[in-house]
Amino acid sequence: MSFWVEVIVSILLIIGGTFVLVGSIGLFRLKDVYCRLHGPTKATTVGLGGILLSSMIYMSHHNGYLSIHELLITLFLVITAPVTAHILAKAAMHHKVKTMEATRNSHMVTTAREQRPPVSDNDAGSS
Amino acid sequence: MSIITRLLPMPAHSFLLLIVWLMLNVSFSLGHIILGSVLAVIIPLLCAPLQVPQPKLKRPLRAVRYVFMVLGDIVVANVQVAILVVGPMRRIKPGFVAIPIDLEETLLITILASTVTMTPGTLSAELSKDKNWLYVHVLNMPDNEEEVISLIKNRYESAIKEIFQC
Repeated sequence: MSFWVEVIVSILLIIGGTFVLVGSIGLFRLKDVYCRLHGPTKATTVGLGGILLSSMIYMSHHNGYLSIHELLITLFLVITAPVTAHILAKAAMHHKVKTMEATRNSHMVTTAREQRPPVSDNDAGSS
Repeated sequence: MSIITRLLPMPAHSFLLLIVWLMLNVSFSLGHIILGSVLAVIIPLLCAPLQVPQPKLKRPLRAVRYVFMVLGDIVVANVQVAILVVGPMRRIKPGFVAIPIDLEETLLITILASTVTMTPGTLSAELSKDKNWLYVHVLNMPDNEEEVISLIKNRYESAIKEIFQC
């Protein structure tokens, strides 16, 4: 394997690994469900993107033909990741999970749960 | 109805199925092409009755540009969120925002909601029943929530509208 391919693959792996690690740290450190959802969805995008890209380059170089499995994995991830995040957020709303104290507009959870349009900030206090 | 349209109710989907099949097997041998073609005919035949009419892609070039724009945004925002997550927790000010959306078609709303989720920092949580409001959870809310709303509306929603021209 030529030197430059090794360098590119290594750099992509390090970038991917770093972002997956940061996603996991986010999962651990953030305080409520909604914030925690942000961690993994981010890790899947750039983190896995980097790892899959490096896999693609390495396998293409190794086998001598273009390896395109990884593109499919990316495609399926891009289609499914937002849906899972959406369903998890929805489930959290229905379970009335506590939000972080600093969360702004947390009253919106009530209307969102019932799929109603939001009430304006002025009526929020009375309702 | 000619025999071809009856056999291939969704030609684009059939073609895509064949391509995906060949990509999954990383092989262009005759056997896989035949097997893939059989699947590409049978699956759309079974699924055709489930089809819900969707708006047509009017400007494919814009769609490609949109994909690359979102990819760029994902990378930039990923770095921002990574710094935020590793930094001190008290700096994070999460919040909910309700975004008024003008899109009517469910496909377009799905694309918008998915884009919002894929770009780090924002997460679409719920859609109101009348399809006019998208509830979004923002990891780090700017002091003025209008910023988030106008970003999503101007950058993503208008692009989607342009692609499908509605």
